[in-house]
Amino acid sequence: MSEAATLLPTTRDEDWRYAEPAALATLAAPDLAAWDEMVVAPGESLTRECVLDAGHSGVRRLRLTLGAGAKAAIFALASADSYTRLEVEVTLGDGAHFEFGGVTIGGGEHVREFVTRCIHAAPNATSNQVVRAVHWGRATGNFLGRIEVARDAQKTDAGQNFRAILLEKGASANTKPELEIFADDVKCAHGAAIGALDRTAGFYMAARGLPPEIVRKLQVQAFIADAFENAEPEMGEALLDRALGVLEGAAL
Amino acid sequence: MLKIENLHAEVETADGPKAILNGLTLEVGAGEVHAIMGPNGAGKSTLAYALGGRPGYEITQGSVTFDGQDLLAMEPHERAAAGFFLGFQYPVEIPGVSNVQFLREAANAQRKTRGQEPLSGGEFLKLAREKAALLRMDMDMLKRPVNVGFSGGEKKRNEMVQMGILDPKFAVLDETDSGLDIDALRIVGEGINAIMRGADKGVLLITHYQRLLDYVKPDKVHILAKGRIVKTGGPELALELEREGYADVEAA
Repeated sequence: MSEAATLLPTTRDEDWRYAEPAALATLAAPDLAAWDEMVVAPGESLTRECVLDAGHSGVRRLRLTLGAGAKAAIFALASADSYTRLEVEVTLGDGAHFEFGGVTIGGGEHVREFVTRCIHAAPNATSNQVVRAVHWGRATGNFLGRIEVARDAQKTDAGQNFRAILLEKGASANTKPELEIFADDVKCAHGAAIGALDRTAGFYMAARGLPPEIVRKLQVQAFIADAFENAEPEMGEALLDRALGVLEGAAL
Repeated sequence: MLKIENLHAEVETADGPKAILNGLTLEVGAGEVHAIMGPNGAGKSTLAYALGGRPGYEITQGSVTFDGQDLLAMEPHERAAAGFFLGFQYPVEIPGVSNVQFLREAANAQRKTRGQEPLSGGEFLKLAREKAALLRMDMDMLKRPVNVGFSGGEKKRNEMVQMGILDPKFAVLDETDSGLDIDALRIVGEGINAIMRGADKGVLLITHYQRLLDYVKPDKVHILAKGRIVKTGGPELALELEREGYADVEAA
């Protein structure tokens, strides 16, 4: 086995356990070493949109370092018709805030996933992560969220929430929240739920004259809107439209 | 206008299908308002859902003709487009979708099914404003997500605003009066009259109480017990029931 091949991750690695094995074998080792590095100076703020669609598939890695009181927000959509993975690693300074809103959506056979690592290195920092997954066919959506709270990072408030809707039998979703807390005065909340579209709401909409494809669109819109709720309205609506566009082309 | 003949219906339950309607026959002519009253468990809501085509409510026998068409052969959204409206006892909350978007999509979906041009944004808002004013509902509430954070009474008023906007030929209103205070009851009663009184329209009111019938005068009152109509009379029958209860009809 060549040295490059041994560097590639496999699904035996904890952080890659729900990834797509066949796709991992085709990754190139140099890609995996590349991080998009961003530093947000104390008191500054940064908002980034990150779309992993047909034109931007594969693995993407962002590393953010937030100074004291800095704010960063990443809003992401993973909708490519191939294996897609976004990794975000954030280190928060004193009183910094990190916001992550992400949607994985799609059918076919592929895995689309978000992997975040939120390092609360200093006291008083907050983070909020909301991920929604909507899949059909034999597709999979994953969210692996790791929160690390350093020993002196008191008053940390970190939250993550993952919900998935599977439109067809055969689709799946996985989530793995991981909390590593070394401080004692912190709040860390996580929640997860996986289900199907609500039939009662679906009937209510049909009873008002909406055909099944519009009912589905509105229900999915209602479901994923949470992820982009804290984005600027313009960015949030554009991401929502792109996500719903994927659903429109779906043969369900 | 609506002709129900020998209707038998079963509802899916955890213990298997349960027969609820047992040969219900009823006809509401054009220009008429009928009321159905009956004790809990008689099958009132089952009748409403069966007419609306709710999944899980299976018709095992009988027929329903609406405006000369076989209602039961149509999908729920096709029934709505044909002019059949179902007012829900428990209107459903739809977070992330505004009333305005929901109703505009619904109105235009119905128009499309009927081969009509869609309403423009301006035309729709004018119509929505007019109907909201009729039910004394603040236009701001129409901009909020469907029924989210609405009180029980506000949800019922919103049902009537929806009815006004969709302008159906026939309405089945399932306990639209429950949860309303005295003032709201009068407003809703006047709304039903304004929207649904007409030579080519019809209404079937499902109710527990006589109060609503003070505002919306019925041509006929039917008593439903054990899944069948056991007695039919004029408005005086509702008063009689209010005085004497259902004990006699249940014994019959």
